Amino acid sequence: MALATRTERRPPTVVRLWRSTIGKKTVMAVSGAIMLLYLVFHMLGNLKVFFGPDEMNGYAHWLRTIGEPVLHHEWFLWLARVGLLAAVLAHGVAAYQLSRRDLAARPVGYRHRRARTSYATRTMRWGGVILALFVVWHILDLTTGHVNPNGESGRPYENVVATFNTWYGNTIYGVAMVAVGLHIRHGFFSAAQTLGAGSAARDRALRLTANGLALVLTLGFLAVPVGVMTGVVE
Amino acid sequence: MKLTLRIWRQSGPEDPGALRTYEVDGITPEMSFLEMLDTLNEELIERGEEPVAFDHDCREGICGACGMVINGEPHGPDRTTTCQLHMRHFEDGATVDIEPWRAAAFPVVKDLVVDRSSFDRVIGSGGYITAPTGSAPEAHATPVPKAAADAAFEHAECIGCGACVAACPNGSAMLFTSAKVVHLNSLPQGAPERETRVLDMVETMDAEGFGGCTNTGMCTTVCPKGIPLSSISTMNREYLRALRKGA
Ligand code: HEM
Ligand code: SF4
Ligand code: FES
Repeated sequence: MALATRTERRPPTVVRLWRSTIGKKTVMAVSGAIMLLYLVFHMLGNLKVFFGPDEMNGYAHWLRTIGEPVLHHEWFLWLARVGLLAAVLAHGVAAYQLSRRDLAARPVGYRHRRARTSYATRTMRWGGVILALFVVWHILDLTTGHVNPNGESGRPYENVVATFNTWYGNTIYGVAMVAVGLHIRHGFFSAAQTLGAGSAARDRALRLTANGLALVLTLGFLAVPVGVMTGVVE
Repeated sequence: MKLTLRIWRQSGPEDPGALRTYEVDGITPEMSFLEMLDTLNEELIERGEEPVAFDHDCREGICGACGMVINGEPHGPDRTTTCQLHMRHFEDGATVDIEPWRAAAFPVVKDLVVDRSSFDRVIGSGGYITAPTGSAPEAHATPVPKAAADAAFEHAECIGCGACVAACPNGSAMLFTSAKVVHLNSLPQGAPERETRVLDMVETMDAEGFGGCTNTGMCTTVCPKGIPLSSISTMNREYLRALRKGA
């Protein structure tokens, strides 16, 4: 008599990943890392304003030619945009679903409150919402030009200067850049932990890297509006 | 010492419950927190009132039964169990708030007693090794590297008290689950079930209604046994490895 073999049918790996809390957190970590990598290049690119309109506008033009002649004009840019959009959506949907679950897992709070987590840790959810709103405004401002006082396509230098000559432009960017720093401060460490890179020996180094990245990105991004406000860039 | 206690009183799972205020006198600094509650309960019984229900067993910090949140901190201000917390950590005349563990997966049974059987089901789904029964195996039959033995021992210290869940703003059981996964997955004896263990325990943990980990680190700061935050990272690594291997 043949023995019955145990043939368990398990759903595909991606489905199992998405269904579990650890898996969904992994999706958040990977999509966050993609956005973080983008932000580093974005920040460095922004610093071109300090070298004048020709260099900045030339750089923006060059971005559209990457990969030519293998890729058609602007194809690289569109590939990057599609990738980033996918990352933003995956990050947001996973964050929303996990947050709902987390809030349901702690339905009653303590009367005697004692918050001891850091400010960055406590503000991940609302900070993320602020950043998502900022990205929409930012695209309308400097990509499509709809809300930009100058709004000339192909002339990012002039558009950036126009934005930072308004009080609301400075306020919105200022708040968003602080929010992005806080988000990265907790997010980088959390992502490393989620991907399994944490260890007792490495935790300090990971936290220092997270703080360093957050500080460099926030200051690097803020240099542009501060440059315009102080008249270094005009 | 004289204290004002504000204790969560709830007659049963359906009762909404409320904090009630009690005065307790004649407390000495050497008393444990549980002995202080015993003093209160004796008075309550004498007055014909219902004593405060709380869990306790060993009273020597090894069983994990004595869970309660004291002034917003699981097990109170000292990083130990409530039975090992002494009244010298409190000032004469102080007001002390005492509440049960709060988590959807730990429903209140009565007063400060919660039902922690969700932990048992997490352990039951993989927190064991399959070994032949019979007489004890020869101690040197399976060599264990020193580093693995140390890691296993550090994580075997978890007493299943649930303080990590009580402290976590997401009611997550990741520290508890990771303690057992790392304990057994570090050892050669745990190797045959290395992948199924982590997958099944995490699946049960999720199904029991515990929240996800957002790496706040609250769990380790309250764990009376010092299970480190990196255990969670190790479990994540084990989990992703097991998924990749298609176990
Ligand atoms: C002071 C800070 C910032 C400045 C001056 C700035 C400036 C710009 C400019 C000029 C563009 C258009 C580039 C082009 O058309 O070639 C752009 C695109 C973009 N920025 Fe920023 N940015 C800043 C911060 C941020 C932050 C913090 C984020 C993310 C949270 C972000 C996300 C994006 C995205 C997603 C795009 C791409 C839109 C697209 O072209 O598809 N930016 N930024
Ligand atoms: S990990 Fe620590 S806090 Fe959590 S159940 Fe185990 S001993 Fe208690
Ligand atoms: S009663 Fe056993 S640990 Fe406190």
